Amino acid sequence: MSKKLLLKNDHIHNIHELSVYRQNGGYSVLENTLKISNPENVLEEVKKSGLRGRGGAGFPTGLKWSFLARPEGVPRYLVCNADESEPGTFKDRYLMERIPHLLIEGMILSSFALGAKTSYIYIRGEYFYVARILETAIAEAYAAGLLGKNIMGSGFDHDCYVQVGAGAYICGEETALLESLEGKRGNPRIKPPFPAVAGLYGCPTVVNNVETIAAVVPILELGGDEYAKIGIGKSTGTKLISASGHINKPGVYEIELGVPVEEFIYSEKYCGGIRGGRKLKAVVAGGSSVPILPAELILKTANGEPRLMSYESLGDGGFATGTMLGSGGFIVMDEDTSIVKNLYTFARFYHHESCGQCSPCREGTGWMEKILHKILEGHGTIQDIDLLWDIQSKIEGKTICPLGEAAAWPVAAAIRHFRNEFESYVQNPENIKDIKHYYRLQN
Amino acid sequence: MTTSEQIVFSKESLDVVQKMMLRYPEGKHKSALIPILHIAQAEFGGWLSAPVMDYVAVILKIQPIEVYEVASFYSMFNLKPVGKCLIEVCRTSSCWLCGAEDIIDHIEKKLSIKVGETSSDGMFTLKAVECLGSCGTAPMMQVGADYHENLTIGKVDELLEKFKSEDKQSRYC
Repeated sequence: MSKKLLLKNDHIHNIHELSVYRQNGGYSVLENTLKISNPENVLEEVKKSGLRGRGGAGFPTGLKWSFLARPEGVPRYLVCNADESEPGTFKDRYLMERIPHLLIEGMILSSFALGAKTSYIYIRGEYFYVARILETAIAEAYAAGLLGKNIMGSGFDHDCYVQVGAGAYICGEETALLESLEGKRGNPRIKPPFPAVAGLYGCPTVVNNVETIAAVVPILELGGDEYAKIGIGKSTGTKLISASGHINKPGVYEIELGVPVEEFIYSEKYCGGIRGGRKLKAVVAGGSSVPILPAELILKTANGEPRLMSYESLGDGGFATGTMLGSGGFIVMDEDTSIVKNLYTFARFYHHESCGQCSPCREGTGWMEKILHKILEGHGTIQDIDLLWDIQSKIEGKTICPLGEAAAWPVAAAIRHFRNEFESYVQNPENIKDIKHYYRLQN
Repeated sequence: MTTSEQIVFSKESLDVVQKMMLRYPEGKHKSALIPILHIAQAEFGGWLSAPVMDYVAVILKIQPIEVYEVASFYSMFNLKPVGKCLIEVCRTSSCWLCGAEDIIDHIEKKLSIKVGETSSDGMFTLKAVECLGSCGTAPMMQVGADYHENLTIGKVDELLEKFKSEDKQSRYC
């Protein structure tokens, strides 16, 4: 279980440069594909691979591509979602910074399959320096005839541009991203129509995450069937996991899907255990919006099976006892962590990031933040815990986009699994001790 | 207060803006609004005044309101003046777990300003911001375009000393 596909050349010095990337086999998949394959075959291989969207939703990529409308005379677009903003997630930044040409090769291959003559990489504005790395790589690709007219003599034309955002989590939602790319506020659109029918400038558009698009390169290199043999069950292939929090070795790890969670947390190959030899208290396994799980439920399912890093195993038990793989933003908390305070940082985040279109989200996120603040200030009541539960239940499913759910789920899960902690804070406010964390600062 | 007569992009920036508009299909040049606002903010003092936004509207041949509504939506656009050195400390989950509050407290004391304030000499503005995608290297802060990661109190002190003599305002051009 140590297969590396995306980061296999990560250790190579200057792999971000085109010449080094090509010396190590880069763009050979593109060359072969343009020479001997056709768009239909590429789509078929991606379908066979079982690749699922790596941004968080986990929707089958081949299926998403097959929905793309193809009316005559209307341009089609590929848009790469590099707006990575889900707290706990930093894998796309790592991939783009280290191996920008892998993304660009994936963009050209995917665009070839989709018949897109233009693509945009929409990157969050704070990743300004990463945007510069991508722009340099794109310029190198143009100069080498890998972008532009008649790529590698194939007759396929393609232009790829980097577009920077300006600080808005909501632009990671694909229709908000398209609005932003059109020069507007990032307000999500009502669906349908889906972007596959009416996306950028009203034209058929596919929006895919950075890691998803990069994975197209190894899929075509290995073939869809071979790729599907990697991983476990319907969780095929590898996944980049962003590991952070109270662990010895935070960072980005490429795992073969199916690695046991326990191994991921404690093995020297990955997180290297909890800092200071402390005990594990809880994990947010897939970015801030997925349900937090206490140690006993993240290491084993409710049935006592070892929990694995896969879409199915993390989801086992539904939200009652399970969670989601999400974006792979893996946040680890040790025994001294205040779950309520951590939740407060999430609630503040979602309140800040709500676009304000839908009342349940605009108002509800603010109320949740205020109530959690009140509890942390020592003024909470038992009724406040019930009120929090009530508010989150009235946001879920009642908004245009999934930010509503993303804000509601962490609150629900924290109360579900750690109600005792909330109760201890409201019943004995002196329990709200100094809950800051000094570990890093002491080192 | 800057008057609108003085608000003109440098030739260099104008070239960048003209090239940028070619990235989009004909008639879709409004797509360049956010990138151009970044350039404008960098060029005209680190924030977007109404006259600056009006100037951008003229360049893109769109209504001023189309610029205001976008500028006010995105957190990277400053609608009020900021110090020469804009310090943004991340405070969301992983950064909080790794000591972001201590970093913020320390900078507040060191610069004698609170979060959201600018130092009286106009040099520093301190902001607490939401997740900047640097969770594995927490705690962190962004200053200008640069990420400063794995912060400690000592590292922050060194950086603040260094920033005193640098102009960190120009970040997006």
